[in-house]
Amino acid sequence: MEFPEIVKQIEAAFPEAAVSVDDTAGCILIASENWLAVAEYLKTDPGTAFDALMCLTGYDRGPEGVLGAAYNLYSMEHAHKLEVRIETPRDDSTIPSVAHIWRTADWHEREVYDMFGITFDGHPDLRRMLLPDDWEGHPLRKDYQIPDFFHGIPVPKDKRGWE
Amino acid sequence: MDFSLVNRYDQDNVVVGKLDQLINWARSGSPWFFQFGLACCAIEMIAAAQPRYDLERFGIMPRATPRMADVMIVSGTVTLKMATRLKRLYEQMANPKYVVSMGSCANSGGPYWQHGYHVVKGVDLVVPVDVYIPGCPPRPEALLEGLLHLKKKIREETPLRKAA
Repeated sequence: MEFPEIVKQIEAAFPEAAVSVDDTAGCILIASENWLAVAEYLKTDPGTAFDALMCLTGYDRGPEGVLGAAYNLYSMEHAHKLEVRIETPRDDSTIPSVAHIWRTADWHEREVYDMFGITFDGHPDLRRMLLPDDWEGHPLRKDYQIPDFFHGIPVPKDKRGWE
Repeated sequence: MDFSLVNRYDQDNVVVGKLDQLINWARSGSPWFFQFGLACCAIEMIAAAQPRYDLERFGIMPRATPRMADVMIVSGTVTLKMATRLKRLYEQMANPKYVVSMGSCANSGGPYWQHGYHVVKGVDLVVPVDVYIPGCPPRPEALLEGLLHLKKKIREETPLRKAA
């Protein structure tokens, strides 16, 4: 199926779910509270049959904007793809976990949690993926401040004599 | 200079020298390095240890544990997470121990000097470094030269006396 048909099918099954559709980028923004039902549907419905989660990316719309996650889905059976985006407010960022639907999402969600601080509700083991467990903050947020020290090691480059 | 001692033994297959020299000769003859790699520099380090460049002709060979190693080659980007472990590994090595900083990342943070929130801006902030090897990554020849400089440095030490 092509992108407009997939969107039409989602809108028929979940009339409230799609917040906006971007035809140029080929992505659909879905409300966070509907995401779990839509994900289940996208995987199990024989028409869509999105059995593979190719990629899961976090993003930040700036210090005043929202946080979000983009899911790139692919169907091995129909060889079609779809990008779904979920957005969530900065101060209370929560997205339902889809780790039990696509196993790929398990580590990807941990990485997005590590870098952006988005909590994935219902994730089996939401720990930091790459950074040390005692790291403070989430470094890919636009308002992240680099710490001066980490365990006594100075972090910013000492530029004395350069400028 | 009084060469009477040297002259006395020169027919008997005996070498007369300082004990410092003997210790330095032994130490510089086999600076075994600690086998671990952190990034792309590790590939060059592995290449240097292979037959084409053959570090073993200088008595330099990789050891799998810090207890057996004399030299730590920091080959690559040191992240803050690794730095705490690297310091522990350094502390586990037996004295005398030496550190070779290989490549731009280990020397100064390399390409991560500005926006690398996770990178140590030079491994010398964590452990004392004996030899710095520039390059990104340095070729095996550069690593060889650095290790030969280290051997030279070891030969100039005075282990039985306090440092001059």
